[in-house]
Amino acid sequence: MVSLAAAPTALRRTPLYDLHRELGAKMVDFGGWEMPVQYSGILEEHRAVRERVGLFDVSHMGEFDVTGPDALACLQRLTPNDVARLADGRIQYSAFLTERGTFVDDLLVYRKAASAYLLVVNAGNTPKDFAWATERGTGDARIVDRSADTALVAVQGPKAAVLLARLAAPDPSDLPYYGFRETAVCGAPALVSRTGYTGEDGFEVYCRPDDAARLFQALLEEGRPMGALPCGLGARDTLRLEAKMALYGNDIDDTVTAFEADLGWIVKLGKGDFIGRDALVAQKQAGVPRKLVGFEMVDRGIARHGYPAKTAAGPGLVTSGTHSPTLGKPIGLALLPSAATAVGTEFRVEIRGREAAARVVATPFYRRSEKT
Amino acid sequence: VNPEDLRYAESHEWVRVDRDVGVIGITDHAQKQLGEIVYLELPEVGHMYDAGDEFGTVESVKAVSELFTPVSGEVVEVNKAAVAEPGIINDDPFGDGWLIKLKLSTDVEIGKLMSADAYAEYVREEEQEK
Repeated sequence: MVSLAAAPTALRRTPLYDLHRELGAKMVDFGGWEMPVQYSGILEEHRAVRERVGLFDVSHMGEFDVTGPDALACLQRLTPNDVARLADGRIQYSAFLTERGTFVDDLLVYRKAASAYLLVVNAGNTPKDFAWATERGTGDARIVDRSADTALVAVQGPKAAVLLARLAAPDPSDLPYYGFRETAVCGAPALVSRTGYTGEDGFEVYCRPDDAARLFQALLEEGRPMGALPCGLGARDTLRLEAKMALYGNDIDDTVTAFEADLGWIVKLGKGDFIGRDALVAQKQAGVPRKLVGFEMVDRGIARHGYPAKTAAGPGLVTSGTHSPTLGKPIGLALLPSAATAVGTEFRVEIRGREAAARVVATPFYRRSEKT
Repeated sequence: VNPEDLRYAESHEWVRVDRDVGVIGITDHAQKQLGEIVYLELPEVGHMYDAGDEFGTVESVKAVSELFTPVSGEVVEVNKAAVAEPGIINDDPFGDGWLIKLKLSTDVEIGKLMSADAYAEYVREEEQEK
């Protein structure tokens, strides 16, 4: 038995840090941030989100405002998805790509108005993304890093809409998936979007740092009778993996192209030029050499991030792997040679020196039954 | 919380000696550190181990940890119930959550392990170093 390392000092903290300690969270270093990995237990928190509602502090995420007459043109150049298709109050999953078509980061684009957008990026990538975007931004568009003025609480689960409806005015529970509006939660100004990283119905509430603790506490208090739990990054990871949502640094990074990541749907080659387009056009013509697929274990064992894979078509790599609380068995994502990615294909994973059989399966591993 | 009749290793396993057989498990402190255990790998009966050898792995959702035997001997039984339902290690680490039984090669190793009090002190010191 090896003790788990405690979080070292000098990590950044969110406005909810004191509350996490009060709620008994176990804290870990996540991309330079001291974040709760769990409160009551990952399995229990996971279940709360699948069956009821869970609250997550994700204030470490980065937020950029992009404004100005050329904001749309600028974002069309910086991101591969078609920003022109967005209406006011709607959101799009997208990315910053390198010239090679690989990921600088994955992100969300919120359209507030024709000349005003909000980008939400991964915590650990915020400084890199900001430098990348400001160096490459075009025309009369201003990019401002709002991360320090923005806290973010995710309210996720089948009861999320009922819970928020009780505390928010105007009520955001009629928002469409990937829609957002400015509202007030417990009287505090907030931007609420119907988004999340769990594969469940849910909302993300952007608010001022000074209001975050009061908001989180009010949501928890109001939610307790319906089974709400505070949830940490541990459950967030198992939830997102069951939904096959990519994690930057695990499944995608600057060595993996958008096509290889199976995220071709965010690449709109027909919209005009964008950074990374030439490489993606070339890869599409030449054929995508490897792809990110879901797998289950045939033999016993949990294949985790970084474990080598062996297929009949050549080597691959496990990018994410865990025990799925919903399915009660090990699942994972792997980058495999394209010829070995058909559902049902068996391959081997090296688990700490031992080889174990795994099988490519259809994804997502979990899909919620209720349509929202 | 640490039973008085067990002996404890710095790697957070315990041993209960019954004549020439040692029952090995992980401590309550260890299971708390790991969190909910979802996977357990144990050796086959008949395996021989020296004290300090790795005899298996235990995994929570987030972490993998190796299991080390504090004493030498031959595996005479493994806890199949714990392999099938690893959560019992969290529920009852000193009882139903035992891991393996070894036919002890020697009775001198057990004396080098910690008493319940000494182990409690060891855990306190380890916590303070964090």
